[in-house]
Amino acid sequence: MTGIWHTVFAPGLFTYSFVVHAWVAASAIAVLAALVGFFVNLRGEAFVAHAVPRGAFTGAAGAFLIGVNSILGLSVFAILMALGMGLMRRRSHNGVITALALVTALGLGDLFLTVGNTYAPEVFALLFGQLLGISGSEMVAIAILSVILIGVIAVVYRPLLLASTVPDFAAARGVSLTAMNVTFTLLVALAASLTVPVVGALLAFSLMIGPAAAGWYLAKTPWGAMLYSVGIALGTVWVSIVIGYDSSLPIGFLVAGLSLLAYMAARVIHWARRRRPGEGPVMATVAGSVAR
Amino acid sequence: MARRTGDNGAAPAHTTMSWLNYLVAPGFLQTGQVQSALILGSAVAVCSAVVGVFVIIRGQAFLGHALGDVGSTGASGAVLVGVQAIWGFLGAGLMAGASVDALSRRARERDVATGVVLSAMLGLSALFIYLIGQVSTSTGVTQEILFGSVFTVSPALVLPMVGLAVAAVVVVGFVYRPLLLSTVNPDGARSRGVPVGLVSFLFLVAMIAAVEQSALVMGALLSTALLIGPAATAIHLTRRLGLAIVLSVVLALVDTWLGILLAYDSFNWPPAGRGWPVSFFVVAVMVVAYSIGQAIPRTSAGPRD
Repeated sequence: MTGIWHTVFAPGLFTYSFVVHAWVAASAIAVLAALVGFFVNLRGEAFVAHAVPRGAFTGAAGAFLIGVNSILGLSVFAILMALGMGLMRRRSHNGVITALALVTALGLGDLFLTVGNTYAPEVFALLFGQLLGISGSEMVAIAILSVILIGVIAVVYRPLLLASTVPDFAAARGVSLTAMNVTFTLLVALAASLTVPVVGALLAFSLMIGPAAAGWYLAKTPWGAMLYSVGIALGTVWVSIVIGYDSSLPIGFLVAGLSLLAYMAARVIHWARRRRPGEGPVMATVAGSVAR
Repeated sequence: MARRTGDNGAAPAHTTMSWLNYLVAPGFLQTGQVQSALILGSAVAVCSAVVGVFVIIRGQAFLGHALGDVGSTGASGAVLVGVQAIWGFLGAGLMAGASVDALSRRARERDVATGVVLSAMLGLSALFIYLIGQVSTSTGVTQEILFGSVFTVSPALVLPMVGLAVAAVVVVGFVYRPLLLSTVNPDGARSRGVPVGLVSFLFLVAMIAAVEQSALVMGALLSTALLIGPAATAIHLTRRLGLAIVLSVVLALVDTWLGILLAYDSFNWPPAGRGWPVSFFVVAVMVVAYSIGQAIPRTSAGPRD
């Protein structure tokens, strides 16, 4: 029995301080990413969730070039991209503005890396993330900032939900759609700033998309969808830590793979349920329930 | 167009040759790398510009970008098993396109399905790069996969790449009318007997061919830039589809040529001897063109969205 226990949960998994940091930080960002992911799915803006962390990588490269902390550069760039996208999008198709913002950021990133011409380990670490390299102070910062952002989400929940599902109705009630666009992109940017150092710029969006998408197929109410996505995101990062600690496989691969499994499982469950009458996906009922 | 860039117009007449050298660094058209870059870049530009117009009016910008991005998974997989990168790119593109298609039965599901497939493929990419790191000590693979460069493509690939670009444009030309009809009014197209599913599938195949060859030649970043930038600018400027396609092609060609020219010139810029990346210049020219386009008010009445 102890043998099996130690095979799955290798010694030190709950005692070494660097693993404890990983447990706390990953749990905090999983909850945050799942809640932001709820709105990403609701609004059908997976492209934004992909583009912001990916483009913000440029900020890290730029910060390295001028000798500033790379995570600070990442956050500043993520916020700039979010403001640009949130304000510009009314003028064109969403996807076009997102794509243009992303390639602009990446073009600059390519320039920064070429001009810098040094292999910067801490910049490339941000591409793939360092779950097991989080220091004690970083853990505390990630946890506190996550709690603050979750509080912000609680405050904007209702207007953002309205603006995302029934925009005309929301506008009639005095909700500014532009303000809600910017609020949404800023939430993605802030969540990305916390997620990228842990999971990596390439795969930070996995946590925002997979668990929340699975939640949509499993739940019947918006609250249910949120709870499911938080639960699935936590399960995803916890299993990733256990496997990653045992095998040293890249964390992004584990998070993406487990999110995909959760999503596929949810699709299968939804497909099996749909054969019974009266059980549609939650999307169909959300507009009705919030407008009430 | 090229001559209007730079501040060399005021140079005295007797220094014609020297300012020309300044604008176009010596040996530009004689260098083999530049020649194949210009040929490949032009093929990619034309193909992306034509496909891109339909990508935008069909609202598939995310899928277009994702197809380019998943090419990196194919590329790292190809490195791992030791086959030609082009098969990795095309294989990954076909897999991703088919998966997104299968997962999005309803239009509402397409965005998230694209995200999930992209995330899964990038996850695989992380695994492949990790495995490559286990078997070899080369660190350049990551950077090369992330930012391909048009100057480093092998000359042997020029012909197959140009062929792929031509094939994609021919497919789009072949389904032009039914594609337009099923994009603007799918129900109307169906009632007229247009095989909407087949037409969408053919366009998806053309899109995969266009995006993957462009991702291989120019890198994933530029493949998205050339697919979306010129087409978005052109669509803003005219409501006539044929004209938009022509305009998009012209913008994409000028953009690519300027990008390659400036990147070649930049070998003499600080930091000396290193050169600035083509992708930066192409994106910069694209953003300038798009911004100028946005500043020009639409002549025709009524909103298009």
